[in-house]
Amino acid sequence: MDALGATQRRGFGQTLRRDLWWVQPVVVFLGLSAFVVYATWAALQGDHYRFGPYLSPFYSPELFGDPLHAWLGAKPSWYPGWLIFSPAIFILWAPGGFRLTCYYYRGAYYKAFWADPPSCSVGEPRQRYRGERSFPLILQNVHRYFLYLALVFLVILAHDAWDAMWFDGKFGIGVGTLVLTTNVILLGGYTLGCHSLRHLVGGFMDRLSRSPVRRQAYACVSCLNAAHMKWAWMSLFWVAFSDLYVRLCAMGVWKDWRIL
Amino acid sequence: MAKATFRIWRGDAKGGRFEDYTTEVVPGMVVLDAIHEIQATQANDLAVRWNCKAGKCGSCSAEINGLPRLMCMTRLSQLSLDKPVTVEPMRSFPLIKDLATDLSWNFRLKGSIKPFKPRPPDAPDGTWRMDQADVDRVQEFRKCIECFLCQDVCHVLRDHQLFDEFIGPRFLVHAASLEMHPLDIEDRREELRKAQGIGYCNITKCCTKVCPEEIKITDNAIIPLKERVVDQFYDPLARLLRVFRGNRSG
Repeated sequence: MDALGATQRRGFGQTLRRDLWWVQPVVVFLGLSAFVVYATWAALQGDHYRFGPYLSPFYSPELFGDPLHAWLGAKPSWYPGWLIFSPAIFILWAPGGFRLTCYYYRGAYYKAFWADPPSCSVGEPRQRYRGERSFPLILQNVHRYFLYLALVFLVILAHDAWDAMWFDGKFGIGVGTLVLTTNVILLGGYTLGCHSLRHLVGGFMDRLSRSPVRRQAYACVSCLNAAHMKWAWMSLFWVAFSDLYVRLCAMGVWKDWRIL
Repeated sequence: MAKATFRIWRGDAKGGRFEDYTTEVVPGMVVLDAIHEIQATQANDLAVRWNCKAGKCGSCSAEINGLPRLMCMTRLSQLSLDKPVTVEPMRSFPLIKDLATDLSWNFRLKGSIKPFKPRPPDAPDGTWRMDQADVDRVQEFRKCIECFLCQDVCHVLRDHQLFDEFIGPRFLVHAASLEMHPLDIEDRREELRKAQGIGYCNITKCCTKVCPEEIKITDNAIIPLKERVVDQFYDPLARLLRVFRGNRSG
């Protein structure tokens, strides 16, 4: 079809919009960039990720690392000597992949990083467009598999929060306990509101009324899904803050106040 | 009495330009009122499509200050009148004249989507039984007034002009209303993936933002359809389960 009979295609950034349309993509760009930079730095440190009963979520589960705590023992012998070793390297790809393929983040970073489009009804820099129809972006369809992993991580992080309530075998609550518990709650709100989960628990059915349990699960996931963006940002910020809290306590910069 | 200037696109398929018109405005006016006032007093040949003036017919779609909106639902009190208010036709569709565009592509396209195909009747009298909860989900899609603002704002159509490969948000909503219908047994996933190009949607949610009926187009129609396409074509585990359990969609 011959489109745009009225006016020609607008160039990059051109629009008649009067509002501050560029603010949102800039905020998303800065927010995600800051997180990626911090998470990469923190993951490569390989140190100061444990303090008392607290374990940084960037390092949980600790598969290889500290022989006293790691599930599979110390640094494996097959690990390449030239590569920086950090317990986080073995696990962070999973939650990272979950967020990278998340429907909300996709829409957000396509705008903020690729300007595809920069914002609604704002001109784009490129004419060519393939969308998520072909390689590489067709791989976004793997999202539900990252969801399965994220659900496992959620259980592990909930166990970490439980562990954070036990100080030398005695029950207690420190500020770190609240930080790690909040982390699980926010990650739970984000993960359990996932669009793929919404589909898998019942969205794939046309007659949900025949499955009361699925119907209830669908309603719960839909409820969380309605605020998926908010959960996504809150959990992103808090998971980084949780690492920072444990790190600074372990480094002796911050003192972990005991409440109980 | 206060005055405001409207910068209106004047022209046809051969070309055109913005022209300024200043008119009196009163509290409660919407953009369509101002356009009518200008048409009546200053530009009798101004072409504008409208009908209900109540946000239900979807006729007066245009771009106001750069954003696709219904002229009849855009109050002047929502706009800054310090500068001229720009009013232009929907940019994604061929221009007929001034603010009227040729939307026939949309109507032709609708015929290409597999129609409603109900299962055999539930009752001996040839009727069906549906649970309200099952109907609620597709009821949202029935609110669509076919204003085509979502088609206009979608960058796949607007900027990349993939009219032959992508059906756009409006018809993905239409496909969802059929595909998720509790009585329908047709399978549209193959067409959605190939001919209708659902993979072109990159979830910008612009369609949702401009929808005057506040249909959650992306979250409730497009993404669920994408997930159904994933079930059928991109999920090896789902394929394996289908071997054992058959093709269940409930």
